[in-house]
Amino acid sequence: MATEAQALTNDWGGGVHPYHVGHRKLGMWLFIMSDSLTFSALLIGYAYVRASNVWPTPFSFYPGIVFSSIMTLVLLSSSLTMVMAVSSSAKGRRSRASKWILATAVLGATFIVLHLIEWKHLIDEGVRPFQLPQEWLERWPGATPLFGATFFGITGVHMFHVFTGCIYLLVVAVRAKKLKHEDIEISGLYWHFVDLVWMFVFPMIYLLSVDPGKH
Amino acid sequence: MSAHAESHDHFAGTNRLFVSVWVWLLALTGFEVFLGYIRLPVMYMLVILMGASIIKAALIVAYFMHMRFERLNLVMTIVPAVVICICLLLIFFPDSFRARELRYGNAQAAPEQR
Repeated sequence: MATEAQALTNDWGGGVHPYHVGHRKLGMWLFIMSDSLTFSALLIGYAYVRASNVWPTPFSFYPGIVFSSIMTLVLLSSSLTMVMAVSSSAKGRRSRASKWILATAVLGATFIVLHLIEWKHLIDEGVRPFQLPQEWLERWPGATPLFGATFFGITGVHMFHVFTGCIYLLVVAVRAKKLKHEDIEISGLYWHFVDLVWMFVFPMIYLLSVDPGKH
Repeated sequence: MSAHAESHDHFAGTNRLFVSVWVWLLALTGFEVFLGYIRLPVMYMLVILMGASIIKAALIVAYFMHMRFERLNLVMTIVPAVVICICLLLIFFPDSFRARELRYGNAQAAPEQR
């Protein structure tokens, strides 16, 4: 009976940590909540202008979709390396955790490089934030110029998150031995969130804009 | 939830579990890309892709972000608020059909999305 009462009070802990997480972790969760609303607003805004306009669907399956699928693979794998980092840190293997975090940052940087190659490809084709290439306008008459605005806007905000994530991870990797385990876990939370956002951006921006005519 | 009760400071979940979650995420992504390859009509695509993406998001939050092993208190504070806010944002969406009619006119059917 005594142990049961003790377990209860331990669980309650005097109400000091009602969520049983540190204040930093709670702060990161709150940030993720607000950031997920930012991305939802962007994606819903995109859906709004897309449904109310003639919308170009320019991505060929190869190379366009295959290329962005590889980017997705890179980002998903970086999430796995991040989980490995947190799990080694939980076992007290800090230098191993630091290497896994570095691997995550390298994969994140790879993602950015691939993404910039793709941006350059579209810019060379003549896509601008408020202007479509002439061939696209002939193919999709009356198409809205907002394609570029939503594409560069949404993928740009996401890429900025990956970029800041890489810097954050580098700082955490360098200071891994001085930080508490929970701090490493928090950097993981941010990184997985960036991955999660891509899980919506990739289907909505790319897969729903596959060119029906070209294979 | 209960599996976590006895080990709070340990990072619950084995590497094997995380690798299998990763494989599931890859498989769902592959399925989505396949749908893009066979070019389903855009409405079917939208519904299936959003369904698959929500499952993927749930897997990431539950296992990679460790939510499944957190106290229920934290989960109930974070998840419902975000879900409700996103649903509220969606209230604007039906107006896009009205905007489409204004733009392309009622008499002439609006050009279908391909």
